[in-house]
Amino acid sequence: MSSVEAGQDAKPSTVTQIIRDLREAAVLTGAERRGLTAAAVVTAAWACLPFISDGYLLSLGISITIFAGLATSWTLFSGPTNYISLATAAFFGIGMYIVAGGVNLLPYPVLILIAAIAGGLFAALIGLATLRIAGVYFVIFSLGLAELVRQVVSWGQHVMGTSSGLYVLIDRSDSAFFWQLLVLTIVVYLVSWWIGRSRLGFALRIIGNDEVVAVHCGINTARAKVVLFVISSTFAAIAGALVAPRWSYVEPTLAFSPFLSFQVVIMSLLGGVHRLWGPLLGVIPFTILWEFISAKFPSQTTLLLGVAFLLIVYFIPHGVIGLIEDLMKRRGGLLNSLRAMLKKDGRK
Amino acid sequence: MTDPSIALNIEGVSKRFGGLVAVNNISFALPANKVLGLIGPNGSGKTTMINLISGALKPSGGTIHLHGETISERPAAEIATLGLARTFQIVRMLPGMTVLENVQAGGVFGHRRRWGTELRDHSRALLAKVGLQGVEDTVVSALTYIDQKRVELARALASDPKVLLLDEWLAGLNPTELRTGIALIEQLRTEGRTILIVEHVMDAIRSLCDSCVVMSSGIKIAEGTPREVLSDVEVIRAYLGDADA
Amino acid sequence: MDIIITGLLLGGTYALMAMGLQLQYGVARIMNLANGEILVAGAFGTFWFYSATKFSPLYSLIFLIPLAFVANWAIYDVLIRPLVRRAKSQGQLEVDSILATFGISFIFVGGLLAVFGGEYLSYSYLARPIFILGEPYGLNRIAAFIGAIVLCASLYIWLHKTRAGLALRAVAVNPSAAGLVSINVPRASALAFALGGAVAAAGGSLLSMFLTFDASLGVVFTLKALVIVIMGGVSDIRGAIIASFILGLAETTVATLVDPGLTLAAAYVLFLAILLIKPEGLLGRRSS
Repeated sequence: MSSVEAGQDAKPSTVTQIIRDLREAAVLTGAERRGLTAAAVVTAAWACLPFISDGYLLSLGISITIFAGLATSWTLFSGPTNYISLATAAFFGIGMYIVAGGVNLLPYPVLILIAAIAGGLFAALIGLATLRIAGVYFVIFSLGLAELVRQVVSWGQHVMGTSSGLYVLIDRSDSAFFWQLLVLTIVVYLVSWWIGRSRLGFALRIIGNDEVVAVHCGINTARAKVVLFVISSTFAAIAGALVAPRWSYVEPTLAFSPFLSFQVVIMSLLGGVHRLWGPLLGVIPFTILWEFISAKFPSQTTLLLGVAFLLIVYFIPHGVIGLIEDLMKRRGGLLNSLRAMLKKDGRK
Repeated sequence: MTDPSIALNIEGVSKRFGGLVAVNNISFALPANKVLGLIGPNGSGKTTMINLISGALKPSGGTIHLHGETISERPAAEIATLGLARTFQIVRMLPGMTVLENVQAGGVFGHRRRWGTELRDHSRALLAKVGLQGVEDTVVSALTYIDQKRVELARALASDPKVLLLDEWLAGLNPTELRTGIALIEQLRTEGRTILIVEHVMDAIRSLCDSCVVMSSGIKIAEGTPREVLSDVEVIRAYLGDADA
Repeated sequence: MDIIITGLLLGGTYALMAMGLQLQYGVARIMNLANGEILVAGAFGTFWFYSATKFSPLYSLIFLIPLAFVANWAIYDVLIRPLVRRAKSQGQLEVDSILATFGISFIFVGGLLAVFGGEYLSYSYLARPIFILGEPYGLNRIAAFIGAIVLCASLYIWLHKTRAGLALRAVAVNPSAAGLVSINVPRASALAFALGGAVAAAGGSLLSMFLTFDASLGVVFTLKALVIVIMGGVSDIRGAIIASFILGLAETTVATLVDPGLTLAAAYVLFLAILLIKPEGLLGRRSS
């Protein structure tokens, strides 16, 4: 580096910097501490679900937990950057297929690890190719990605002479599934929370606001986006790997279903993508609504999904979180004008 | 070969857009701790020059050195970390973030990296320096234009840049705001900052700049002190046409 | 050799599909993810027409094109215009239009499923072989190709020789400048969107002559149209035409030499190549 630097500005050494960062990061504000405690309490309560029910309610609980994890990891990337990823199903399916394909060859935990690595690598390749250009190219690429992977997997099976459907016969109770997926979802939340407080999270917010400014502030925007995309997709792959034994029969059209990608997007948008627990507010009502719709109107589900999506895009563009915050602002405004009025009267 | 006490060295830089030569073999030097004014009529290539220096564009020819280091082929983010900061002709705010966050944005990844309490204190100090107090938690979209410009200036200063590029920073200001703005840049100059300003406001050029470079239609037509340059026949002709030369 | 001719035949028909999206994205600036569904709807419409009347499917174009035009104009007016009004930047409009058209695509698929069910639909028309240079080619493919070329050419001439077409091209280049020369930009955008939809439906109608369709195939066609438009460069319609032929050739090559189930993979490989080598497309210009 240039010799002019020496002595001109005393930069602290990297080690001191890291220690200082860690110490800073460990400090939680009062609000943060309250938030974490509240989250811990809610999670502990949720974890008790298998003790209360073991039938339909538990099944619903499992769906909610999976989608909470998928939606939060989707929001991790697509929220701050505004790059809408339609490819969740691609990674979910990859995770599922690695387990389905290798279930008779390797131990299950190893398969989960392989699924995570494969998902991460695939995401890295796609990210490096598509995240250095305008966001719209990424969205288009992600649109057909699940379908592409499905075609390749089908072809691969055809070439290898295996049947397209694979059986994953690992015996596991619903409660075990529930807790496994809950652990994954908790990890997703913690990672999202951590990143949100970190430099990386700040960088992504800046990128989402104005990428030109981000670049001129010294942010390597491509790298930041790729890292986030890889993390987000790896979680989706792990989720797929964990869910495979539950489905027990895995087939390309099911594993790579565009519905999954769509549902994850719609839930995240419904909840609100700019807050950590936003997607959760979308997951719970939507999953319940979905159960209702698919039971009552089984042949019109696609149509209704589309309508629901449009309703959200047009009327709740900032999600439920946005609505709540608008309401609070308005109430805050009312409160303030009320106070001002009272003060005026008092002075009289 | 390149003198490291020269903050910014522009050597034979050109930029072609298809058939149009926006910048044609321009050379000049900005010594450290000095202020250089880049002036010229509209369309002369000044903003293109700024974009070439900051890395938003790549030169078609020539080299640019920042304190002896070649930056002409590097990406803009890298150039920022090497010590270059800029403001934009039309203010670019981070619309969804507060005033403080906007300033902080400049100080996290740039030349001098800060985080946490250090970043917060540093940003607050900068806000006070540019004359913005008590608004740090306001969303930037609520600010007036001059205040947004102040935020942008603070953001550029947040990374302790070695060279500051101000692209028509005084544009769009009324006379009162103009006086405040010029005073602010004068303050930066007294602190010993190295600044390259692109301006149309001649008062500012006269009072702030140690030297000037005049561009017209992509070529350099004059260089020298403000007094020399603003009485140069060619310069007057470029701005006002033959009749007044 | 037959790969080349089949590829060209396919490419020509794809060109029509791509021109539809080109109008919607290049002029109206709407990234219409439901484009493929409109195409599929066109195909279904022709299938229904042929099954019901047994007249030549080409006649279905007579009512399909105006129907699609009106339907797409309605979509633009009711669903897209509010987004255009509320968008604060081109980037936000793109995100909003992607989400909205994504939702619309599901509505289309749902509608088609409700009306036609989920089975595969195909019909046999002009399935006789025609011999070119000693190799047999389906007459239906050739007829579709000719139909596509005729429609493409008409559209091209209309864009370049009429005032309305000139208005659309102006809006594609610079919407704000077009407004300044008193072109009614919102109306031109609506026109482009409606025209694009009509063209896409026509493309689907022609493709139905030799391809099998089902309600969920829309996304594949959207993808292919997008890849073609991006490969050709968003601003230039000639680029889209060249790219269509390239895709047609690539697809046919992969289908013949590797596996017919990998056609989307071929499109993606081309997509990746363009993104890595020349993201602004073959005939596109890089914006500084």
